[in-house]
Amino acid sequence: MSTKNKIGVVVGAVLILVWCLLPVAWIISLSFKSQDAITNGSPGFLPSEGGGAGWQNYSDVLADEQFRRAIFNSIGISLIATVLSVIIATLAAYAIARLEFTGKKFVLTLALVIAMFPVVSLVGPLFDMWRTFGIYDTWPGLIIPYMSFTLPLAIWTLSAFFREIPWEMEQAAQVDGATSWQAFRKVIVPLAAPGVFTAAILTFFFAWNDFVFGISLTSTENARPIPAALSFFVGADPFNRPASLLAAGAVVSTIPIIVIVLLFQRKIVAGLTSGAVKG
Amino acid sequence: MTSATVAPDTERTRRRKRPEASDRARAENSLGMRLVAPAIFLMLLVTAFPMLRALYLSLFNYSLTAPEERDFVGLSNYATALTDSLFWRDTLNTVLIMVVTVAVELVIGFVFAMVMHRVIFARGVIRTSILIPYGIITVVSGFAWQFAFSNNNGFVNGWLPLIGDDFNWFGQYGSSIVAIMVSEIWKTTPFMSLLLLAGLAQVSEDMLEAAKVDGATWWQRLWKVILPNMRSAIMVAVLFRALDAYRIFDNIFVMTAGANGTESVSFLTYRQVIEQFQLGIGSALSVLLFLSVLLIAFLIVKIFRVDLAAARQEG
Repeated sequence: MSTKNKIGVVVGAVLILVWCLLPVAWIISLSFKSQDAITNGSPGFLPSEGGGAGWQNYSDVLADEQFRRAIFNSIGISLIATVLSVIIATLAAYAIARLEFTGKKFVLTLALVIAMFPVVSLVGPLFDMWRTFGIYDTWPGLIIPYMSFTLPLAIWTLSAFFREIPWEMEQAAQVDGATSWQAFRKVIVPLAAPGVFTAAILTFFFAWNDFVFGISLTSTENARPIPAALSFFVGADPFNRPASLLAAGAVVSTIPIIVIVLLFQRKIVAGLTSGAVKG
Repeated sequence: MTSATVAPDTERTRRRKRPEASDRARAENSLGMRLVAPAIFLMLLVTAFPMLRALYLSLFNYSLTAPEERDFVGLSNYATALTDSLFWRDTLNTVLIMVVTVAVELVIGFVFAMVMHRVIFARGVIRTSILIPYGIITVVSGFAWQFAFSNNNGFVNGWLPLIGDDFNWFGQYGSSIVAIMVSEIWKTTPFMSLLLLAGLAQVSEDMLEAAKVDGATWWQRLWKVILPNMRSAIMVAVLFRALDAYRIFDNIFVMTAGANGTESVSFLTYRQVIEQFQLGIGSALSVLLFLSVLLIAFLIVKIFRVDLAAARQEG
């Protein structure tokens, strides 16, 4: 690589880092500004002289019952939806990668259509249906939509992954004297586990990020997830929000995502691209 | 293997191409269908069934505040929506947001992908950072940018030259929509660049070397070798992002709540159904929204196919 190219790559890399981290740094900075400074106007990136609040915003947010409840809802709903969705997607992806059966095309087409679905189109009828079934404003009322909307992503990621597994190894193990169940469990399951895990992370992101279902299929703190709770964490006037408190809430709700990204960066990239490009 | 062990497990491991195994083929077929059944059921329960119901409800004048007065009105909800200037204004808005954000993301995302493809140092750090916007809740990024653009406590006015410190970004249509697009672009460019990076990895280095030896300039290599070889990756990225952008809702809800005419079609639909309980007209809007998304998908696939054919004739 020539020196000119090298400089270009370095500049580009710095640009990427600034692009990705600037708004994050900004919201963290905002969360340390005091409520007074915000109300009286506190332009600029960092908290101004005397306008800092220390951890006050964080302790206020964490002391807020509705906020704690929303975090609890989000974690519970997202985890349950993820586990169930990944189990169902694993069965489907296994069938797609390994078996010949009628309706294979149908599953893949259906998954594609759903991935493109305008979610808002469904909230009206779902709102109506869920009230009839009695699951409006409950955990299952959100878990079911999350599951069906994360299934396409999970099915693609997993079937792209399962296709790469050398299935002959299963037979080789059987030749060596393992029963078919042993062969499956000892050889295939360990090979499949990373793919299943990747699909689970992506599914969790989706559920954690959802907003449309969160605001339209809940009405109380019974099931309201964190994105919806944050957006309702305001007075009637959308132009005068308690910015510093909201920022603290936003940081708290982002921590789980950052932790997952830091731990599983490699897997997430592999999952995102294999599902979309090869699938 | 004895016949006693011919359980589903062994059927699964059989070789597919043996023609005499019609029993096994049948067993495989039914096992396959049983394994995908739960996924199909769930996906249909939450999409096909509600969509059919929306289609049905869209033919009624039906308000949840007066359910007894529901009556059949045929296609008049569609006529109302399609002749309403609000619907067209919101559609234009949505199309504008979609076209601008996808175009900008494609360019920035491609630059990012090129950098990530070439970068040798700090690979892990960059790949981790690029996942952060992808993972962050859209509502949070909407808030971050709304506050950043605020003239009361933001930093954008202070950093941008030629813009007064008291400029109110959310005071009029043009600047509001720019702020919304910035938030949308920030959040989704990483996804675009990761897909393009995967496409870039499939471009053969040998071909690039050969072009270099033949004296092709960097620019020529980009247009004649890299981009044509990435066509499918680009198409997938554009298709996904365009359809995603057409559903834009979260950012608008958080940043302007539709003020100054910045509403999208999704937002209009949401307001009709959830805020005003107008299930009839809301369902008609839902159906129209779904049809628009289908139309866009169709157009993108079609346009890229034409490109494909044209490129082949050139070659």
